Amino acid sequence: MTTQSTKTRSQGEFTYTPEDGRLLEVEDLYVEFHTADGVATAINGVSFELNQGESLAILGESGSGKSVTAQAIMGILDMPPAVIPQGHIRYCGQDLLTMDPEQRRKTRGPEVSMIFQDALSALNPVFPVGWQIAEMFRTHRGMNKSDALEQAVRLMERVQIPGARDRVKAYPHQFSGGMRQRIMIAVAIALDPAVLIADEPTTALDVTVQAQIMALLEELQEERQMGLILITHDLGVVADVADRIAVMYAGRLVEKAEVTDLYANPAHPYTRGLLESIPRLDQKGQTLAAIGGLPPNLMRIPPGCPFNPRCRMAQDVCRTDLPPLREVAPGRLSACHFAEEVIDA
Amino acid sequence: MGTYILRRVLQMIPVLLGATFLIFAMVFALPGDPLAGKCGERPCPAAYAAAFEEKYNLNDPLPIQYGKYIGNLAQGDFGETYNGIKVSEQLKERYPVTAKLALMAILIETIIGIIAGVLTGIRKGGFLDNLVLVSTLVVISIPIFVIGGLAQYFLGVKWGLFPVTVTSGEATVYQLLLPAIVLGSLSVAYVARLTRTNLVENLRSDYVRTAIAKGLTKRRAIGLHALRNSLIPVITFIGFDFGALLGGAIVTESIFNIPGVGGYIFRSIRSRDGASVVGAVTVLVLVYLVVNLIVDLLYGLLDPRISHD
Amino acid sequence: MTEATVAETTAPSDPHDTSDEGEVRSLASDAWRAMRHNPLFWVSAAMILVFVLMAAFPSLFTRTDPNFAVLAESRSKPGEGTWFGRDLQGYDIYARCIYGARASILVGLFTTTGTVLVGGTIGIIAGYMGGWVDSLLSRIGDVFFAIPLLLGAIIFLVSLPEFFNNNYLLVVLKVVVALVVLGWPSLARLMRSSVIQVKPNDYVQAARALGASPLRVIGSHILPNALAPMIVVATINLGAYIAAEATLSFLGIGLQAPAISWGIDISSAIVGLRTTPHMLFFPSLFLSLAVLAFIMLGDAVRDALDPKNR
Repeated sequence: MTTQSTKTRSQGEFTYTPEDGRLLEVEDLYVEFHTADGVATAINGVSFELNQGESLAILGESGSGKSVTAQAIMGILDMPPAVIPQGHIRYCGQDLLTMDPEQRRKTRGPEVSMIFQDALSALNPVFPVGWQIAEMFRTHRGMNKSDALEQAVRLMERVQIPGARDRVKAYPHQFSGGMRQRIMIAVAIALDPAVLIADEPTTALDVTVQAQIMALLEELQEERQMGLILITHDLGVVADVADRIAVMYAGRLVEKAEVTDLYANPAHPYTRGLLESIPRLDQKGQTLAAIGGLPPNLMRIPPGCPFNPRCRMAQDVCRTDLPPLREVAPGRLSACHFAEEVIDA
Repeated sequence: MGTYILRRVLQMIPVLLGATFLIFAMVFALPGDPLAGKCGERPCPAAYAAAFEEKYNLNDPLPIQYGKYIGNLAQGDFGETYNGIKVSEQLKERYPVTAKLALMAILIETIIGIIAGVLTGIRKGGFLDNLVLVSTLVVISIPIFVIGGLAQYFLGVKWGLFPVTVTSGEATVYQLLLPAIVLGSLSVAYVARLTRTNLVENLRSDYVRTAIAKGLTKRRAIGLHALRNSLIPVITFIGFDFGALLGGAIVTESIFNIPGVGGYIFRSIRSRDGASVVGAVTVLVLVYLVVNLIVDLLYGLLDPRISHD
Repeated sequence: MTEATVAETTAPSDPHDTSDEGEVRSLASDAWRAMRHNPLFWVSAAMILVFVLMAAFPSLFTRTDPNFAVLAESRSKPGEGTWFGRDLQGYDIYARCIYGARASILVGLFTTTGTVLVGGTIGIIAGYMGGWVDSLLSRIGDVFFAIPLLLGAIIFLVSLPEFFNNNYLLVVLKVVVALVVLGWPSLARLMRSSVIQVKPNDYVQAARALGASPLRVIGSHILPNALAPMIVVATINLGAYIAAEATLSFLGIGLQAPAISWGIDISSAIVGLRTTPHMLFFPSLFLSLAVLAFIMLGDAVRDALDPKNR
């Protein structure tokens, strides 16, 4: 709709205006899961921000807390067992965590929207896809059935579904994986949200389809000047799309940098390990260096740096003192006691 | 779709033949002489006996008797009882009552069962959830004839809330209300539990999470997205249950003295009236098979993933 | 590009998954672990134990002969010389409740064993063989399934020759046979679908490719994986068969006096409901508790076997 640098949006009596283009601020966020076996700290004091038109990739392994972060922002965590003991998630300056539930609900879709990993299970199997897209317009815009369906057709055309008008009444299982993910994207961008969160949007897809979906996301983001959060475990996927990368490990941010800086000179041994495990065309014949070991159990995170049991550079201090996330170079944050050495290496 | 229905109908034929043959064979084996008592205290005259046996094909071996019966049945002739009453007439009189009773029971189990299941499913672990879980367990455990007897005594006799028995031949909805509740009580418990289990499972599903992420109200996410999927197996159960209810009517009808087909079959068995038993059960099996087919077709409509091509 | 990944484990990201690495437990021991912590399991197991003891050794619970009538004290209330009072014939209701357990437990156990053996075998054969064998067996199952259990059992029981009424065991057997004949298809269907689900798995195909005999493939690969749903349904059905026995006896078609069954006692008590409700109450209570125990046990087993419910 608008591509101006600062857009003002209003939902009912509420107005959301990003200040200096700042859409989202996550500040010192904690998420715990209270289960019968104990308390697992899934997110441990995470802070980051997202600006208009910016793409931020959050990178990490399973259990690093990246998906939980996305779900916390979206407000779709199951609470209980999830508990948010402290932290802030500000959207255009307003804290989503303290917001009235009804007001927050109205932000889901028009303001903040989300794409899920597995579109087959994320779309309702018993409703036609067009109906599921149209539901956005009917719920948030109060549109009538036929107008909403017309909008759905347009969106399906926008996300490049061939024969959109004929397939608007088809069901999710009648589409291929890539097409289903396009429908998922159509649902998410239907109301032109300011922030789009994509949680592993291509993990379930074939390689060629992955590239198409990423290209579509990038195109849509530029067209609509959305703030895009890309949750992924795959460094390769985000390299072209992301502006900045935040690396998560065991519920903490361990590195945050511009994408070019991070690729050129990682500032954390974990990030470096990730980069070394990417096969490269110019290193034919070399074995890939995988990171040994497994991520820690979130109920028993080791003292000191959580990465120390797997770190090749670990010293005594790493086993006792938790390294803070600090600026190690202009615009670069790392949570490693020896970040400077890692960068120079 | 058309070929599917055709295939299913064709499949029904051997099942119907098998079931009727089974019943026929068992009734054939019923001990006792159908001629006993026909002619007062004395044995019947030979000529009468011969005519009687000829009329009811009593001298033929079982398969021939069955073949003749099925041949007549195919033409809509249910035969006569040994007293010369047309079975079809009797069935026409009895079946509407039982059908009314079973439909009322279905209605009760659907409404109460689904409401209870939803209320407990959305508040899993709450007070109401536990209350319903325990009470459904109790209802499932107490056999229907005990529930029937107790309900009749307390609700009917002692507190006078419902009519105690069906007095006239024409059973009214009001008179059938208590029997229908008793007949449906077991199924209410099953429907409530099934709804709850499915709802709890679906509430955790990805598409309900999507619905919340789409900014839908909780009411819409649960009441439309989760419930729509949860009710598919419930509706299937209710459909299949119709046959069981017709069978279960035998106990309920005997407790409440309802002139339906259950009591009719029961009395016919006791009086060794084969034609009535076979006729009534045949209709029962036929209704069961047709209802099953309808449920299967309905299933395809409710769940677009099922295709009947 | 796809290989450019972190050491991503195959499991989806799940913060609840906090079990220790490498700690692999088998389904059975996992289920047992879950069941041990379920009070429902212990309550139902204790109740079943009591009922089984009652059935096997009624003299442990009472010294009174259930067929010893004190007509003068007919219809006496609980506490008037006996715990549960006396019925119309002057029998001690407590003793009859104890002795009534035998019929119920025997019918329940035998019928369940019978349906599991018959239904299970037919289900395995149909599921494993497939093709026309499957079609034929499934249609035969449909035939029996189409006849309502209670109704079919009534006709079956009435049509059995007098021979079966000769002694107690034969009468019990008669009821069991009726229920097995009409009850096996549901377990056969269940078993068939489990087998069909398990059969295409790689380990089963591998075993077949390596030349294992069908019996061995079924016994060591298919059965252990298809058994769980069967156990659950069979346990719950056991309760249902106890109720069915009582219903048949109630209708005067199953066991008949002088045999002792809760169903018979309930049937004879229901006429005196207004004046002597205790005559109805106690046998009904015993019957309901017995049914409840097996249904609860089935629930507990299912919860333990189904990881989704944990």
